[in-house]
Amino acid sequence: MLMTEKLNLLGWTCPRPLQNYPTIVMGHGAGGKMMSDLIEHLFAPAFDNEWLGQMGDSTVLEQAAASGQLLAFTTDSFVVSPLFFPGGNIGELAVYGTVNDLAMRGAKPLALSAGFILEEGLPMDVLGNAVTAMAAACRKAGVKVATGDTKVVQRGHGDGLYINTSGIGVIPEGLDIGPANARPGDAILVSGTMGDHGIAIMSVREGLTFQTEIRSDTAPLNGLVEAMISAGSVHCLRDATRGGLAAVLNELAGTSKAGIEFDEQKVPLRPEVNAACEMLGLDPLYVANEGKLVAIVAADRAEAILEAMHRHEYGRDAAIIGTVVSEHPGLVTAKTSIGGMRVVDLPAGELLPRIC
Amino acid sequence: MKYVEEYRDADLTRKLLEDLRRAATRSWTLMEVCGGQTHSIIKSGLDQMLPPEINLIHGPGCPVCVTPLELVDKAIALASRPDVIFTSYGDMLRVPGSDRDLFAVKAAGGDVRIVYSPLDALKIAKKNPDKTVVFFAIGFETTAPANAMAVVQAKTQGLKNFAVLVSHVTVPAAIIALMDSPDVSVDGFLAAGHVCTVMGYWEYEPLAEKYKIPIVVTGFEPVDILHGILDCVRELEAGRFGVGNAYARSVSRDGNKPAQAVIRKVFEMTDRGWRGIGVIPMSGYRLREEFAAYDAEKRFPEIQTIRTHESPLCISGLVLQGRKKPLECPAFGKECTPQTPLGATMVSSEGACAAYYRYGRYERKNNAPEQTVSTENQ
Amino acid sequence: MCLGIPGKVIELYEANGMKMAKVDFGGVVKEACMEYVPEVKLGDYTIIHVGFGLSILDEKEAFETLDLLKQIDALGDEGIAA
Repeated sequence: MLMTEKLNLLGWTCPRPLQNYPTIVMGHGAGGKMMSDLIEHLFAPAFDNEWLGQMGDSTVLEQAAASGQLLAFTTDSFVVSPLFFPGGNIGELAVYGTVNDLAMRGAKPLALSAGFILEEGLPMDVLGNAVTAMAAACRKAGVKVATGDTKVVQRGHGDGLYINTSGIGVIPEGLDIGPANARPGDAILVSGTMGDHGIAIMSVREGLTFQTEIRSDTAPLNGLVEAMISAGSVHCLRDATRGGLAAVLNELAGTSKAGIEFDEQKVPLRPEVNAACEMLGLDPLYVANEGKLVAIVAADRAEAILEAMHRHEYGRDAAIIGTVVSEHPGLVTAKTSIGGMRVVDLPAGELLPRIC
Repeated sequence: MKYVEEYRDADLTRKLLEDLRRAATRSWTLMEVCGGQTHSIIKSGLDQMLPPEINLIHGPGCPVCVTPLELVDKAIALASRPDVIFTSYGDMLRVPGSDRDLFAVKAAGGDVRIVYSPLDALKIAKKNPDKTVVFFAIGFETTAPANAMAVVQAKTQGLKNFAVLVSHVTVPAAIIALMDSPDVSVDGFLAAGHVCTVMGYWEYEPLAEKYKIPIVVTGFEPVDILHGILDCVRELEAGRFGVGNAYARSVSRDGNKPAQAVIRKVFEMTDRGWRGIGVIPMSGYRLREEFAAYDAEKRFPEIQTIRTHESPLCISGLVLQGRKKPLECPAFGKECTPQTPLGATMVSSEGACAAYYRYGRYERKNNAPEQTVSTENQ
Repeated sequence: MCLGIPGKVIELYEANGMKMAKVDFGGVVKEACMEYVPEVKLGDYTIIHVGFGLSILDEKEAFETLDLLKQIDALGDEGIAA
């Protein structure tokens, strides 16, 4: 979907109020008629469900957690720029990011909230396309937006559009997946190629072109996680977003107070991503992903879980990359291409291209 | 990637390490000049695989690290001006100035942009005629042809709103300064493969002659580096000295003549300060008089009077000269980390301190008892 | 100092009076200036640093050196001048 595709307003109820305003103005956030028009004619038709239809200050979810089940709760804010990039957009990220955070504890996502901060001057088309993409993402992930909020800030404050989503999910009885559960001997798996999202974003910024376009890997992982849990004992799950694989492994090693050793050569990488990283002087282990997870699982179930991942749309390139060890707790080390050893530390800050 | 993977081959690496073990009958201290080589050695774990007879020390070949503090402060002053778009290679953004870095200027609203090439800075100047675009022209001789071309193009295209802040340094003078220093003891040098791609290696012949040392032009991948070390050690074992070329696929004795011509056209030699080391005579480039219109220091004379303040804890200079290893610095890993760097060697991705920290040649204290990374991996 | 990456020249053209090329780095294509390697031809590999080609890689030289390195006791004691 292109950012500047013209909105198909005919599909929605009474488009005329919106047609008067090609861009967002302060009035759209003022709580009056303009804002209710925006909700009635843009947000509500897109998300379209009975919960949102309650239109209350809060939404009441009839489903209480059954005894023995636990609720998972998460929030995330999305400030990506550009708003639309190869393979994804802020709307999809806002849904999948939060759905994935729930899935990383083994929770089935139940409902999302969506808060929008719109910058005065944001073209209505752009907002409409982002919301349409969000709605499609909700359907794909099997989750509903149950409540929302809209604010407008003055021109110059905010990159056009910021979205916050919070999510509630339900954890099946008896399931305990968390970052402290890694044990020496456990196997470490990744669900696919690393670095695609970060390089896709950077390619827009640095003007790189690729023979095969590098697209962001934005995706909902809840289905993949269900398949993995069915196949065996999953101890930890993390989605490898900012900071890349290196950040996740360090966090898991730290929280679990265990050491991690992996083989650099076993980490799946697209050749183009590898080449782009070489060119810019970046280390792919530190480049951001969106639709990829890292799993720590019981060693004797690793192969079975890997097979289950390979059968799933979002796990085709999954691989076993290393082991949890009792030595050097909290430290992550990797075997290098020449058979040497390096420590893989937490990234220092924003990833910068280098000349040296 | 062709010309890359072959030089990271594990089997060939093991084989060359064997050759090296047989060749070295006593201890030798070699300095690899280039920070890019330091980075590669530590990232691949090669330094831990070398036979104990080989002592590799890391030299001052990190232009980011040796950019004088006043120049970083001048860059920060310029970047803070609302009428300036400050463009720089990414490496310079987190180098600490006297009280902050370019990244902080950007966060506070300064227009600081990372460019991949100086030609990108020219494009920005053309697109923003109402602002002055200043480009931070740092680097060794490798980057000089590119930086020079930007100045030539600015003049040819009549761009009035483009200026460069120059901080170029050159290798041969640094080698002389190091060899003349009583505190530095080096048996041989691995010369920088891409500097020599531009400049050739004829300049090193009188140095090899004067100090009776082998100097071997070396590339960057593990196989290239082992090749350079092997050549150096064989010379030393045989009691010979001279200049050798272990990066012949890219380097010739004469170097790149068109590039050298443009460097000469735009720049002239000058004394330069090396951060942490001091002023080394005739060790850098400055713009020639006829390009004075593009000199940021002349266009913004108020930055001439900047007062600097260097952290007293930082021993970058000693590290850059190979006199101390990063682990020997009392602030290493404590007051000084990549997140809170005291000196440029901890910031620059090829600075020795950063390389040591990131690739972990240190004992880390967690909340748990002290752990040491095992170095037995043969 | 110097992140120089080998890439294959796949297109040659002029811009702003300078010789330019599209260079393929193992699947990533980026523009670079060829003013310093004016004799470059399509299919050549060059070392690119900050958007400028600095040398044309000598394939024959590269093969020969790799071959030598692989041989037992590579380079023997002929000295570096050989």
